[in-house]
Amino acid sequence: MNTLKNSGRRDFLKTSAALSGALMVGFHVPGFSKTEPTMTAINGWVRVGNDNSVTIICHRSEMGQGTYTSMPMLVAEELEVDLRRVKIEMAGADPMYINALLGGQLTGGSTSVRDAFDGLRKAGAQARMMLVSAAAAEWKIPEADCRVDNGVVLSKGGKKLFYGQLATKAAALPVPKDVPLKDAKSWKIIGKPVKRLDTPAKVTGKAEYGIDVQLPGMLIASLAQCPVLGGKPISVDDAKAKAMPGVKAVVKIDDGVAVVATSFWQAKSARDALNITWDNGKGATLSSTGISQGLKDALAKPAASLKKTGDVDSAMAGAAKKIEASYELPFLAHATMEPMNFTADVRKDGCDIYGSTQFPQLAEGVAMQITGFPKEKVKVHTTFLGGGFGRRIDVDFIVQAIQISKAVGKPVKLIWTREDDMTHDFYRPVSLNTLSAGLDAGGKPVAMKFRITSPSVTSRLFGAFVKDGIDPFMAEASVSPYDIPNTLVELAIHDAGVRVGYWRSVSHALNCFANESFIDELATVAGKDPVAYRMAMLNGKEAERFRNVLNIATTKADWGQAPKGRFHGVALMEGYGTYVAQVAEVSIEKGAVRVHKITCAVDCGTMVNPDIVKAQVESSVAYGMSAVLLSKITFKDGKVEQSNFHDYPVLRMNQMPVVEVHLVASTEKPGGIGEPIVATCGPSVANAVFAATGKRVRKLPIEAADLKSA
Amino acid sequence: MIVTKLTVNGKAVNINASPDTPLLWALRDELKMNGTKFGCGMALCGACTVHVNGEPARSCSTPLSACEGKKITTIEGISGKGLHPVQQAWIQLDVPQCGYCQSGQIMSAVALLNKNKNPSDADIDEAMSGNICRCGTYQRMRAAIHKAAAQMSGKKEV
Repeated sequence: MNTLKNSGRRDFLKTSAALSGALMVGFHVPGFSKTEPTMTAINGWVRVGNDNSVTIICHRSEMGQGTYTSMPMLVAEELEVDLRRVKIEMAGADPMYINALLGGQLTGGSTSVRDAFDGLRKAGAQARMMLVSAAAAEWKIPEADCRVDNGVVLSKGGKKLFYGQLATKAAALPVPKDVPLKDAKSWKIIGKPVKRLDTPAKVTGKAEYGIDVQLPGMLIASLAQCPVLGGKPISVDDAKAKAMPGVKAVVKIDDGVAVVATSFWQAKSARDALNITWDNGKGATLSSTGISQGLKDALAKPAASLKKTGDVDSAMAGAAKKIEASYELPFLAHATMEPMNFTADVRKDGCDIYGSTQFPQLAEGVAMQITGFPKEKVKVHTTFLGGGFGRRIDVDFIVQAIQISKAVGKPVKLIWTREDDMTHDFYRPVSLNTLSAGLDAGGKPVAMKFRITSPSVTSRLFGAFVKDGIDPFMAEASVSPYDIPNTLVELAIHDAGVRVGYWRSVSHALNCFANESFIDELATVAGKDPVAYRMAMLNGKEAERFRNVLNIATTKADWGQAPKGRFHGVALMEGYGTYVAQVAEVSIEKGAVRVHKITCAVDCGTMVNPDIVKAQVESSVAYGMSAVLLSKITFKDGKVEQSNFHDYPVLRMNQMPVVEVHLVASTEKPGGIGEPIVATCGPSVANAVFAATGKRVRKLPIEAADLKSA
Repeated sequence: MIVTKLTVNGKAVNINASPDTPLLWALRDELKMNGTKFGCGMALCGACTVHVNGEPARSCSTPLSACEGKKITTIEGISGKGLHPVQQAWIQLDVPQCGYCQSGQIMSAVALLNKNKNPSDADIDEAMSGNICRCGTYQRMRAAIHKAAAQMSGKKEV
């Protein structure tokens, strides 16, 4: 059973413990000395020390969404330990940590709790059962005569053994197969607003992010990449750079030219002194006008059918009124607060890599590929992430760090500048979504067509998931919940010539903006209230959760009774198994949109930590509003025109609306909560802007010019 | 390379680096103090906020040459025997998410409360809008600043 004992992973855990002390914000059991306890792995998630300390392994990257707390909560619930006394360590790369919902050891897609909910409780229960078995054997009594309480096994006769006294014996036992889990009513940890375990480290500056990694003899690199995405260096004049203080090497790699120095400022200053000749490649003529025209031209391309009900063409032909609209969204940058960076230590005997990644498995894979080392000689050390939002699923910066370290034969921390980060992202795809509907004489839709035209992220990253022209991660929130008898949803993958990546809420943001704006347009044509219009099309049991959240959000927001000068807009969506209704309250001030308040009703099924759920809703509103009101990435002569937060503005505190969150108590299976509310921000605000101005918003971000022409 | 003499969190230090080196990188690379974060390099995001002679400053855009003889306070230096009331309020309301911007946010909040014992929402917006948080912890930070203000002035919390 104890696979960790003999594998390289155990070495990793030891190394990690020594190197990333700042990551461990848990507490030792009081009264014990500072000498490191001997830890025994019971399974992949639970390690028990001979000092009775318990370490829980967190196998999902902590990027703000709370996995560092929610994952251990699941284990601790069944393990019966005090979470406040548990140490948390980040997992290395190992097949046992694969996310079954995504097929890789990957944190994304709001899947962490959904994937781990059963498995981690089971891991905690298995470990507890093995500890109980060990105690029962020691006392020569049946397991049924033992119980556990907060890290101690107790016998009916009053004997007790601490987990630490049982760990070695427990680890040698067979893993129980039949593992009954607690009934929800008996939960002591799950469902409670447990304080985040990473907060103390994060308010004292002690939390370790990728950019904070320190290794003995480590050098720092700054990398010049081609201003045109995809371009390559042809030649470099590095004479001036090499003469600058602290510079140890200039290294040409696939993506550019790196200066390696003893400090970042030296590396960056010398990098600025490089004179590089670039081959701009095929992206050299890219422009935003061309990209926009390309999307329009692509409307003529055939599309793959996602969903078809009834006979949409006949119904459309027979409709009393026909309405069409199209919605266009821009490229966006992820703009995590921690710019991309990674540390690689490529040695003769192996390779260790350290940093902020959502995809340790792929990080390990590229390290093996570049160094030629087998799996057991490559170790991934995941730190805290200073934001992810999908950007850190990609490993371009990890590849670069490994290539540079390999070239100089020393540990190297590669740090991107904000400008590098803004201009070398994998951008949220543009999209042009076109909709048409036929209404009957009473204004009810009898037919609706929805066509998605957008680049595919999945084709680049996980090509096997794209079948028959359908990228499932382009189709999210494309099928609306409304009862419309004849519908057609189609999807056309269009390569816009720009590298694209998963961006928080992925295609939900693109498709929900179109769907939920369009249904509002139909309500207006029908002369109906947008909420009543939606509600009338939410029929049957399958729409129950939609009706419920819509009812709660609109009631709590006083729908239709916005304060004077303010206006309401609504949006409704299911995403990641979570149902959300959102009411935006806006006004137009000095020709610009001001969002005052967002009221959200959220049904995400069973909640592991309701306060983290709430925080994710607040967070999603802030992230979503940046895209609705402020941010876009544009191209000219193949180059990204934005470079930093002055020309890629994001939401600041003075622009933050009040967020009111109403959580639905539920025993349904858990839904994802990291992303869905990002997607409802666009349509709720756009619909409120229509209520305020009579002007339809069909592209984001909303710009002053869009309001003026009203 | 020249030596810059300054005080960091009450301790006199000599830093041997080029005078154009931003204070941020001197703290991180020379003094190995990693609590202060790099976000933008242009004083646009506030992740690198420290106090220079008690005033909030963006260390990414403050060259060492401007720091000679100055008293620098970083996130590592604001706690006394216990955590600073701002840090405590941050913990009580579980403010941080990814946490990367939080050192800078806390330094801006501490600077605000040093000058204004009872800030209004508008005061908070003005003092804090130079600090970006992509996780959107703004609402909780605002509440936590009010909470810390109440704790610091010994008033009953609102």
